[in-house]
Amino acid sequence: MTLPQISLLIVLLPLIAAAIVGLWGRHLPRASAHWLTIAGVGAAFVLSVIVFKATLNGYTANYNLYTWLTSGDIQFNVGFLIDNLTAMMMVVVTFVSLMVHVYTIGYMSEDPGYSRFFSYISLFTFAMLMLVMSNNFMQLFFGWEAVGLVSYLLIGFWYKRPTAIYANLKAFLVNRVGDFGFLLGIGMVLYYTGSLDYATVFQTAPALADVQVTLIPNVSWSLMTVACILLFIGAMGKSAQVPLHVWLPDSMEGPTPISALIHAATMVTAGIFMVARMSPLFELSTTALSFVMIIGAITALFMGFLGIIQNDIKRVVAYSTLSQLGYMTVALGASAYSVAIFHLMTHAFFKALLFLAAGSVIMGMHHDQDIRNMGNLKKYMPVTWITSLVGSLALIGTPFFAGFYSKDSIIEAVALSNITGSGFAYFAILAGVFVTAFYSFRLYFLVFHGKEKWRKTSHSHDHVHAADEHHHGLSPQDDPHEPGWVVKLPLILLAIPSLIIGYIAIEPMLFGEFFSGVIFVNDEVHPAMAHLTHHYHEILHSPAGMALHGFMTLPFMLAAFGVLLAWFFYMKRPDIPAAIQKKFSLINQILENKYGFDAFNERFFAGGARSLGEKLWKIGDIQLIDGAMVNGTARLIGRISGKVRHLQSGLIYHYAFAMIIGVFLFLTFFIKIN
Amino acid sequence: MSQANIFSQYVLSSSIWMPILAGVVVLLLGSDNKPNFTRWLALAGGLLAFVVTFPLYTQFNYADGGFQFQEMARWIPAFNVNYHLGVDGIAAPLILLTSFTTVIVVIAAWEVITKNIAQYMAAFLIMSGLMIGVFSALDGLLYYVFWEAMLIPMFLVIGIWGGENRVYATIKFFLYTLLGSLLMLVAFIYLYHQTGSFEIADYYQLPLPLNAQILIFMAFFMAFAVKIPMWPVHTWLPDAHVEAPTGGSVILAAIMLKLGGYSFLRFAMPIAPDAAHYLSGFMITLSLIAIVYIALVALVQKDMKKLIAYSSISHMGFVTLGFFLFSQLGLEGAIVQMISHGFISAAMFLCVGVLYDRMHSRQIADYGGVVNTMPVFASFAVLFAMANSGLPGTSGFVGEFMVILAAVKYNFWVGFLAATTLIFGAAYSLWMVKRVFYGDIANKHVAELKDLNKRELFILTILALMVIGFGVYPQPITEFTHATAAQFLNHMAISKLPVAGL
Repeated sequence: MTLPQISLLIVLLPLIAAAIVGLWGRHLPRASAHWLTIAGVGAAFVLSVIVFKATLNGYTANYNLYTWLTSGDIQFNVGFLIDNLTAMMMVVVTFVSLMVHVYTIGYMSEDPGYSRFFSYISLFTFAMLMLVMSNNFMQLFFGWEAVGLVSYLLIGFWYKRPTAIYANLKAFLVNRVGDFGFLLGIGMVLYYTGSLDYATVFQTAPALADVQVTLIPNVSWSLMTVACILLFIGAMGKSAQVPLHVWLPDSMEGPTPISALIHAATMVTAGIFMVARMSPLFELSTTALSFVMIIGAITALFMGFLGIIQNDIKRVVAYSTLSQLGYMTVALGASAYSVAIFHLMTHAFFKALLFLAAGSVIMGMHHDQDIRNMGNLKKYMPVTWITSLVGSLALIGTPFFAGFYSKDSIIEAVALSNITGSGFAYFAILAGVFVTAFYSFRLYFLVFHGKEKWRKTSHSHDHVHAADEHHHGLSPQDDPHEPGWVVKLPLILLAIPSLIIGYIAIEPMLFGEFFSGVIFVNDEVHPAMAHLTHHYHEILHSPAGMALHGFMTLPFMLAAFGVLLAWFFYMKRPDIPAAIQKKFSLINQILENKYGFDAFNERFFAGGARSLGEKLWKIGDIQLIDGAMVNGTARLIGRISGKVRHLQSGLIYHYAFAMIIGVFLFLTFFIKIN
Repeated sequence: MSQANIFSQYVLSSSIWMPILAGVVVLLLGSDNKPNFTRWLALAGGLLAFVVTFPLYTQFNYADGGFQFQEMARWIPAFNVNYHLGVDGIAAPLILLTSFTTVIVVIAAWEVITKNIAQYMAAFLIMSGLMIGVFSALDGLLYYVFWEAMLIPMFLVIGIWGGENRVYATIKFFLYTLLGSLLMLVAFIYLYHQTGSFEIADYYQLPLPLNAQILIFMAFFMAFAVKIPMWPVHTWLPDAHVEAPTGGSVILAAIMLKLGGYSFLRFAMPIAPDAAHYLSGFMITLSLIAIVYIALVALVQKDMKKLIAYSSISHMGFVTLGFFLFSQLGLEGAIVQMISHGFISAAMFLCVGVLYDRMHSRQIADYGGVVNTMPVFASFAVLFAMANSGLPGTSGFVGEFMVILAAVKYNFWVGFLAATTLIFGAAYSLWMVKRVFYGDIANKHVAELKDLNKRELFILTILALMVIGFGVYPQPITEFTHATAAQFLNHMAISKLPVAGL
């Protein structure tokens, strides 16, 4: 088979599996749902590895599969761009997806929507692959919205829960706000470059660097700044950057496997991928990069804070995801695209791991998600415990773990960046290191160490999801049990890359030739990455050297301090955090309210749109148009006809007279026009 | 001459008269005493009428931007009125859509209509022929006759098989339409006076001063804007939809609205190109009001049919917006939007029909958790709601995408306002889905619902295939329109103002 054929199969196999299981799943044996989809995604993974190997040996391809649409001289195609960036994403997406498929066999085993779930996640894999493999903006937008659709379907998977169907609508609409900007950005790109194909656009872009556009009279902006910020608004929606982040915490209403796959490892990183893909455009606007960096920095720090006060195990991990996405975005802003992608990859592994481990804990706890009811699970769930520890250590950036290499590189790159906002961003992500370590290990200690708190609780605490039938919680006399191999195996297989992938990949990805010709950095204007490379080769020399050096740096101290503090607060002196919470109740309140974003959106946007619609309908349509104009006309006609009736006198000479006047008027009219 | 040749020579005449003939046959032979015979007869007629339109696809010459399949006969020589038919790349796909939708409507009525079956079926078959007549007439008076005649079956459909408030709805419909149509007739008489003919082609060549063009444009505008409908002459549509039976709503949304859009391209714009340019700002403003204002109104509707009716108006805003951007992308996007909206709105109204047949309510508040009892139906409903909110991969995306891209080029803020449909369209569609389909079973009526029967499944599957098919591969539609759209824009670029000094 040729590589183009293989690439096509990679996309089609998950789609076909999803279609078969989705359309006929209810009539097929239950097990066929997972066998079919795992076969599809598994094959896609193996084939992706083949493509990846080929790209390592220099294979790149950019070709169209078919012409979707032509209009005038504009052609919209469906096609693939296969290069190192694409191939790497393909491997990550299919691998994590495969792990999640396997895991789902255990996690969803009792769910009545078993086959539906497999169909959705396979469909998601297809959509995500279309997104990363696209060679043009139109198909990118297709994948972009298609992953959003599947996300919508999966967040609302348990459609009986009011919270779930609120969350999925919210997720879709907030994403649509992002897509609104994204589409306008695409419109600008098409307008000025005349094409939506990446290759043509990137080729034309440098010539447009100095073009100014005037959107508001007398104010002109650089075209590239406007276009890039619009495109980035799309990324803000998909990758949950402030203020479009509000949907992601709520998306935890979906089953845990999809939180791992969609809302941590793959879909939410689509925005990061997109900006990295568009590096030839973003490099042309330092202003846009500053915007990107500042948004990322705000997200990285302030979403981290929220992780501290969450008690739902999934929500802690969700806020950690938001914060890490902020890190990636900051890296993009620093023109360290390869570092952002590198962090995207390491994060995909360890965050998928953390989510799946959280799911394992949730299963062990009989669907109780409150970490205050857990404790000492290391005794009962050793595999989950060890793999969670690996994931947490990777997340906080412990040297030699995957997360260390990527996160430390981001911090260094931002330190070396000189664009507006880099000072603030540096501070934010540095502080973020401490916050991350603190909330991660708060979670870790509360769940795996300490007292077995479920034995004391009477389970009178609020059951948020009372409507859900498998939401029981663990009885005080029960022991939690680790789920079977379908759950443990993915944890172990994800723990391995969480340990070693950074060590292996940092040299080629960041400082080697891996992304040459794919990611474009204008070193003269944005020299951070060049300095970083120089620094690495001069001082650190090797991944091991970097790790050893890492033990002596400020980020490591901050992380270590965070871990220690978490241990002290939650293992030794649990009275202290409680006291702090009381003392600073205002801050606590602000955090509890998530800075008020949700309340504001609910009142201002959702409520505003509804009341505006109501007014337009009641006043505009019903009162003015119908009341005054239409029915008014009818009344008027009624009244006039009452009068006009008298004209029908039955006398011929009346009619003849009227006719003559009529003819006269018409003649005048025509003569006048001519 | 063999049978096949007659049909291929008179494709358009067969397309018009076959369904009318079928309708008459159904009317004569069918009755409520033998309901199944009547239904099968109507279906056979509908299918035959659909098949005779196939040559419009198979024999269409994509390279030709002018009129094809032309037929010409003297009709009223005294006034130089001809039976002149012909289609271009805009009319042909709309005719195919019409004959296709008629089959769908016949099947959709199968068990639903139990009284006056023959009359109901015949009304739709005859209406189909008359609408195809509107799309293919190249003579102004012939067009006018079809245009007015097609309203009669629609009045009957709403008036006889409609809901409780049907009298108000039909009178409103009538008032609006009549007002517009009469002004159009005045315009035709004026043009006849100028050229001595009712040939549309003659009108295209007629030089006219700007003020005359503006008057003519406005006269046509009144007729077509009501039909599309454009804000602020849109309020008849929600009422008509609410009262119409499901089939009536389907034809109204899928085809009748398109007659207005099509007629802008056939008459108002090419006859008065300078006026069209002159008034383009006005037209774009009205289109944007439709897109934004109407979407917000749709958001707060409590009646499903009203919601979809408002959503139709909002989507038709893209059609008129695309027309008046004067770019190939915008124009073709508008045409794609017309075709796509034909499928999606038909499907949406059929979905409401499926629910209405079971619960006899259109109120959103009466539903909730329908997915629990009708999972298959819910999948279709979510698909069509997504298509309605312009999800890529469905046909609903294509036209809006093209028009928005063209609008950004025309003026960023026009594109900006048009693109708000991404948010509002999703908001009203999916919020309705949430309230009707998701959640726990709301009441005992919902608990008793039965999922789709085979007939309903069949219709919705066909429409779903269309919606996804044209979403994944819309090229076949624009292949029709390329040459015509290019020729149209060329024509529009040339001023018809009389040259000074001649």
